[in-house]
Amino acid sequence: MSGANRIPGAGRLTPAKTARFFFDGKSYAALEGDTVASALLANGVHLVGRSFKYHRPRGIVSAGAEEPNALIGVERDAARKQPNVRATVQDVFDGMKVISQNRWPSLAFDVGAVNNILAPFFAAGFYYKTFMWPKQAWKHVYEPQIRAAAGLGVSPTEDDTDHYSSRYAHCDVLVIGAGVAGLSAALAAAKTGARVIICDEQPEVGGALHYDKSVTIDGQDGFTWAQATAAKLARMENVKVLPRTTAFGYYAQNFVGLNERVTEHLAKPDRKLPRERLWQVRAKRVIIATGAIERHMVFANNDRPGIMLASAARTFLNHFGVAVGKKVGVYTANDSAYEAAFDLKRAGVTIAAIVDSREQPGEGVLTEARSLGIEVLTGHGVVDTGGKLRISSMSVARNGGGAARKIAIDALLMSAGWTPSVHMFSQSRGKVAYDNETQRFLPGTYAQDCLSVGACNGTNDLQATIEESLAAGELMSNASGFTASEKLALQGANAFAWTGGMAGAAEGAGPDTTVKAFIDFQNDVCAKDIRLAVREGMHSIEHIKRFTTNGMATDQGKLSNIHGLAIAAETLGREIPKVGLTTFRAPYTPVTFGTLINHSRGDLFDPTRKTPMHALEEAQGAVFEDVGQWKRAWYYPRAGEDMHQAVNRECKTVRDVAGIFDASTLGKIEVVGPDAAQFLNLIYTNSWDTLKAGRCRYGIMLREDGFVYDDGVVGRMAEDRFHVTTTTGGAARVMNHMEDYLQTEFPHLNVWLTSATEQWAVIAVQGPKAREIIAPLVEGIDLSNEAFPHMSVREGRICGVPTRLFRMSFTGELGFEVNVPADFGPAIWEAIRAEAEPLGACTYGTETMHVLRAEKGYIIVGQDTDGTVTPDDASLGWAVGKKKPDFVGIRGLRRPDLVADGRKQLVGLLTKDPTVVLEEGAQIVADPNQALPMTMIGHVTSAYWSENCGRSIALALVAGGKAKIGQTLYVPMPDKTIAVEVSDMVFFDKEGGRING
Amino acid sequence: MADLANRTLPLSGFHGGSGAASLSVAAPATRISLRAKPDAVSALSGALGLSLPTKPKTSASANGRHALWLGPDEWLVIDENEADLMAAVALSGVLHSATDISHRNTAILVKGRGADVAVNGGCPQDLSLTAFPVGACSRTVLAKAEIVLLRTAEDAFRVECWRSFAPYVSALLNEAAEDAGN
Repeated sequence: MSGANRIPGAGRLTPAKTARFFFDGKSYAALEGDTVASALLANGVHLVGRSFKYHRPRGIVSAGAEEPNALIGVERDAARKQPNVRATVQDVFDGMKVISQNRWPSLAFDVGAVNNILAPFFAAGFYYKTFMWPKQAWKHVYEPQIRAAAGLGVSPTEDDTDHYSSRYAHCDVLVIGAGVAGLSAALAAAKTGARVIICDEQPEVGGALHYDKSVTIDGQDGFTWAQATAAKLARMENVKVLPRTTAFGYYAQNFVGLNERVTEHLAKPDRKLPRERLWQVRAKRVIIATGAIERHMVFANNDRPGIMLASAARTFLNHFGVAVGKKVGVYTANDSAYEAAFDLKRAGVTIAAIVDSREQPGEGVLTEARSLGIEVLTGHGVVDTGGKLRISSMSVARNGGGAARKIAIDALLMSAGWTPSVHMFSQSRGKVAYDNETQRFLPGTYAQDCLSVGACNGTNDLQATIEESLAAGELMSNASGFTASEKLALQGANAFAWTGGMAGAAEGAGPDTTVKAFIDFQNDVCAKDIRLAVREGMHSIEHIKRFTTNGMATDQGKLSNIHGLAIAAETLGREIPKVGLTTFRAPYTPVTFGTLINHSRGDLFDPTRKTPMHALEEAQGAVFEDVGQWKRAWYYPRAGEDMHQAVNRECKTVRDVAGIFDASTLGKIEVVGPDAAQFLNLIYTNSWDTLKAGRCRYGIMLREDGFVYDDGVVGRMAEDRFHVTTTTGGAARVMNHMEDYLQTEFPHLNVWLTSATEQWAVIAVQGPKAREIIAPLVEGIDLSNEAFPHMSVREGRICGVPTRLFRMSFTGELGFEVNVPADFGPAIWEAIRAEAEPLGACTYGTETMHVLRAEKGYIIVGQDTDGTVTPDDASLGWAVGKKKPDFVGIRGLRRPDLVADGRKQLVGLLTKDPTVVLEEGAQIVADPNQALPMTMIGHVTSAYWSENCGRSIALALVAGGKAKIGQTLYVPMPDKTIAVEVSDMVFFDKEGGRING
Repeated sequence: MADLANRTLPLSGFHGGSGAASLSVAAPATRISLRAKPDAVSALSGALGLSLPTKPKTSASANGRHALWLGPDEWLVIDENEADLMAAVALSGVLHSATDISHRNTAILVKGRGADVAVNGGCPQDLSLTAFPVGACSRTVLAKAEIVLLRTAEDAFRVECWRSFAPYVSALLNEAAEDAGN
């Protein structure tokens, strides 16, 4: 037997298919297809959790996604723990471990329940007022304490071992929700041949047909029809049926996010399958068929375990075969709850009474109640409930006062009416409109190509829903360009048309200030809290929401929003639409981080880009650094060397002998066309007309505002072809910058840009013996100084491979940069190493490259500049063409503040103590003894130990720096003040002769 | 000319995927990025021996040579026989720009009944046969990488990407191919 409360013959589960699960360590029997909620109820367990703030015992309120109370933890193993799972949507699987939350030491005896007694101190907004003093205590005492006391489940600490996947999909018609409305719409749409995706959050389609057994469609039992229809749709080529899939977000241009739970219900999932799958669907048209959510009644102590929505009790009975109690009371303002009572009564459950706040319930249900012998108390209210860990009684009184009658019950069903689920419509930025007659917010003005049908559109009648949905399916397909050969018709019938409904507090919910009549179960917000918020001066629903936290829990107020709004409106004495409705935001129900990031974890978090020679460098023992997405060899330590020793050796070797450096990551842009030079004239500050084919030039490009944007060496390969290099980090944005100007400002030029960064492997060979190293390998290029001077480029072959060979230097040494098609990079790297190492040369990494260029005062854009530096500030004024009529940034350079005196300028710094290396980013002051806060006149941009200079060196941006050369400035540090002398930027080979070696 | 033994190909020997979508690395090919204005299309077509496509998302193929429309004045030309494309277009005699990108790009071949599902694991394009028929192509994205996608058969795609993105693209396709089924 799978629980004492399972009723033989009731429900749709198969009695033979059992499963066992554990709740707080105790083993329970369940049936396959049970949710945790239905299985617990079958075993008579109503108490499943403690409330967020007051730690009140809580039970299962709903049977669906709107569940505010029954939040549980589900554990598969140490790594796979999911907190805050709604017990009403989680399938039971064999061996599953379920734990309750927010209780200590146990669910039945919870110390935190003292909060319930201390409740007067925790009125709405209490944390804005109570914990104000002393100021420091909020951060260190109050907030941590409140966070520990309040709250829900606990996050797992280990890495998630599940994996998640992602899929993009397109369709003509996306149908959200597979109840009567959604299935009808999908059927009509599918018949036209349109591509249809229909999703539903539940394991099985059917929506309200799960509980409403009275429905027949075309003479067939409703739920059976739904399954058959889904199966028929699934067999169609043009249709995809996605159960267990929640549409959680509706974004621009009919882009809808779906969360498919693939293995969450399986005891032993195939580890190859993802746990969940994110679908990102672009739909030409969307049909929203999300139904309606039943509201609870707001009255005193309406939160005891055993009190639940009437439709939930009906679902547990008719779908899961579980009676939620033996003697059940009903409190309602709507006819729908009567049907729950009828179904339970027919299943043998005693109905203590139906308490109806209305004087006049629907005639049909009233007659049926009488014929079933159920006592109906119209014009009455439930003014209180009794019981500790489960409801034991309800106190019933005539509306307007009078003596209360206490009725013993073990479950209480309630219904205040139905709230159309306009979440998706509202997320689509559609505007809801208030329907005064039915007191509901319904889809009003549409903002996207979608249509709401059925209960979410305010359509109550079954046949009307079917017809509206069939029409919508056809209409939306037509709009996507598909037509049906014949019209579809379906005939639906059900037992009763429902009337009634109310929003706000019922009798017995106050108006006194101490009664706990809950509107938001999950955040422990009561009717009195809304009234308090209004008294405290909150008049906007947005303020009331934030003051009380109504609707701000993980259920986002699916039950509570309308009640809160109605109470606020009543207290303010305004109409509901005048008070307004809070915005519905994605996600509709919580989505795991795993689903949102899906494949993007571990190695796939972000692309890791490696150069063609990476594997060889790795084999050589290189240590790598991240430069954007690139991995670059940082330094090559030899046995026993630390970074400092390795870099010193590399720096010395390059200047004494030579070094080999992987420069492949430098951005490269091929600029081709008859107007190429003219284009570069406009993009760079210097002039390109005079550059002859085969020669190179260092160029600076500015932004419109006159500040340095990027730099690099440009080689002219031919009259109409330039090989532009950029910084590693700047490659993509420089290409965009150029393309942007080309397309918008200079479209008249015949020139085209192509990124060639990855076409070439680039091997820099730098140092006095650089020529000697490459000479034996190069064919067809005269390497002599005369034939191939500094800043030249030639095409030829190296080891038989075509090369663009540059004579250039970022070290101040004689240097070459060997460009070869990338596949050849490793072979050429090895060939060059084989020549270099016998001569005593070595490979070097980016750290050595940085030190060597700093020794020569070569700047790095982005390190020595920060977007506020002009060419002149960086002592690069020589690279600005004085006679040029135009280039990007020319007007910016003339701005008064860019030509004013006292600008921060790049200079060198020499510490008085040559062994002290400054810290990059350190601030510079003129007078170290001035009062705090000191006037900072600049900062250190680059600082290194220079083995070649035998001392530390640094570059810095200093206000009026060039005029301060020779002066002493100070760098205050936490433990000492460092005296520095301002110098020029060149520290090594000031004459610059070595480069022409 | 250095022989192939001296070439280190990105993703050399890579094979992966699932029963529904197998993955392999394409053989080396020559490639150019070709840029030209409309009046040069016919001469360039003649030089290349195929009709450069002028409609978005279309390509032309002849004898192992493919021209993919990437923009109003931009084509990716791929020659699987490694013919000298730079030399071929140089003979056109019309204004154009050609840049050799043979080594910049590499390609992964996705094949099988779930090939479209695998690519849709990271690519937001509509890959139905009506929207993306055989021969359709697009410069698009695969998750965080830029790719050029070419449908070579109803159940096959060529995914071109820059070489340093190839490990990322292939690993992502591998996960997506597994999700496409066995």
